[in-house]
Amino acid sequence: MSNMIATRDAYGETLAELGGENKDIVVLDADLSGSTKTGVFAKKFPERFFNMGIAEANMVGTAAGLAAAGKIPFVSTFAIFAAGRAWEQIRQSVAYPKANVKIVPTHGGITVGEDGGSHQSVEDIAIMRAIPNMTVIVPADGPETKLAIRAAAAHKGPVYIRLGRNKVPTVFDDGYRFEIGKGVEVAAGTDLTFVTTGLMTAQAVTAAGLLKKEGVSARVVHIATIKPLDQEIILKAARETGAIVTAEEHSVIGGLGGAVAELLSEKHPVTVKRVGINDRFGTSGKAEELLKYFGLTPQDLVEAARETLAGKR
Amino acid sequence: MKETIAELEEKARELRVSVIKTLHRSQSGHTGGSLSSIDMITALYFHKMRHDPRNPLWEERDRFILCKGHAAPAQYVALAAAGYFPKEDLMMLRRLGSHLQGHPDSKSTPGVEVCTGSLGQGLSMANGMALGLKLDGKGCRVYALLGDGELQEGQVWEAAMAAAHYRLDNLCALIDANSLQIDGEVAKVMNVAPIADKFRAFGWRTLEIDGHDMGEIVAALDNAETIKGAPTVIVARTVKGKGVSFFENKAAYHGVTPSDEELPRALECLGEQCNL
Ligand SMILES: Cc1ncc(C[n+]2csc(CCOP(=O)(O)OP(=O)(O)O)c2C)c(N)n1
Ligand SMILES: [Mg+2]
Repeated sequence: MSNMIATRDAYGETLAELGGENKDIVVLDADLSGSTKTGVFAKKFPERFFNMGIAEANMVGTAAGLAAAGKIPFVSTFAIFAAGRAWEQIRQSVAYPKANVKIVPTHGGITVGEDGGSHQSVEDIAIMRAIPNMTVIVPADGPETKLAIRAAAAHKGPVYIRLGRNKVPTVFDDGYRFEIGKGVEVAAGTDLTFVTTGLMTAQAVTAAGLLKKEGVSARVVHIATIKPLDQEIILKAARETGAIVTAEEHSVIGGLGGAVAELLSEKHPVTVKRVGINDRFGTSGKAEELLKYFGLTPQDLVEAARETLAGKR
Repeated sequence: MKETIAELEEKARELRVSVIKTLHRSQSGHTGGSLSSIDMITALYFHKMRHDPRNPLWEERDRFILCKGHAAPAQYVALAAAGYFPKEDLMMLRRLGSHLQGHPDSKSTPGVEVCTGSLGQGLSMANGMALGLKLDGKGCRVYALLGDGELQEGQVWEAAMAAAHYRLDNLCALIDANSLQIDGEVAKVMNVAPIADKFRAFGWRTLEIDGHDMGEIVAALDNAETIKGAPTVIVARTVKGKGVSFFENKAAYHGVTPSDEELPRALECLGEQCNL
């Protein structure tokens, strides 16, 4: 975990590359192309970039139409305005007909920071995951984002990829192979497993290091694709380690923690603890402060692990 | 207590200074759109609206909704100057635990009526308030301030249709027509012109003014109050970043705060000595 890259920067770069490789790639934004980094694509391919103004619902509907015309639209704005404002357009015009639209919002979660609760989506994973036909991906870092964007472009059908605002530590190296629907073990361990997504994977790797010093062997399984969920890797972790701590920069309701709890309660009940935002809205503050405030630091994961181990069946 | 135009102009200058100092301190927030709105906000809080800072929930108050919620600093400095909360609180803008959130939050800030920040939703809430006040037979008025980029949201036009349909003559919308949004000129990103014609076609009465001419603002607000049977919109031509020459008409200063180096120059533009 060395250099720091914002997933939105990796997105802009990859989108511009893809534009050169595939003439069918088109990009839509809603007056946030500087922030979402679709501006990088817009500069290179202005004729295939559509700024739709501050009109997210119309943007998503237009993307569905472009997909029906054979294009591969990438749609970007902040996560709350994509998943939130345009939810039903995503459901009716994109997911229901299985339109080939890639919804790639940035500024997911509370690390949006100072803008505050109105701009911090803590429920987008849940509401996107609930839609049939939808694939939901939350990359951990820059390199994985690049691979996920390329995989989404190659995949036929709707995809939601949630990206972040701030620079995050790099977890994956050049050898990493990304596949939609596949989780990956990023740290071996036998006593319990952190099942994590997005920037919480790097936090869990740090937490696993801290736990090692206490003699606790924690596995870390990164789940980029929250839907369809890699059941195998999670069931294996449950069987082999007997305790699961999920972690996400999202509400504990309906996101990765929800998905894992649903799976394990039906197929292999073990002690599960969900770390996330406890059914609250976000608030203004610096990203780092907010991670502390909402209990999303490595130290919080260490405590969650101790608690979980104490209650292990 | 009615203030004279000159007094209101001086108040607006002081509020601009306050916006600059607040945003310099927070190093996060929206400068351009706060400065373009400040003259209208000054006229509302210090001339037009009936309100009581010691009793923010006074039932007979007029209501103000900052639909373009990112201009929160402009509303916050007005609320502080009016006495809703201590001016020192402004230095806590956007900090963890502060009641001054990045975007207006009615559950934390006295004087803020609803939560805004997601553009396009404010006018609908203003409609609802205007309807509710009418149901109660109250003479209170509702003021809603929107951005010109914000007009791109379809919900604004759903609300425009409804306000005219229900003849909400206790509602007055103000458009901060500074011709800029984040990605550049409104006309180039997604044209909304002609704004007044659109509202007229939806059944509104329209007034077009210079949004930095205090006399025109006051006259338009007074005039709007006399119009019966339909909602009124004041389309105010403004300059984004108004008052600080090097911020003016620059989309780049939408969400950029004054740096240490810019602070004294900005205050100088506003006729204020920098003694920080
Ligand atoms: C629904 C929604 N989409 C996007 C944004 C992000 N955003 C904040 S301000 C802004 C531009 C606003 O332009 P305008 O309404 O003209 O405001 P002003 O120029 O007065 O600052 C955008 C796109 C938002 N706050 N809400
Ligand atoms: Mg504008």
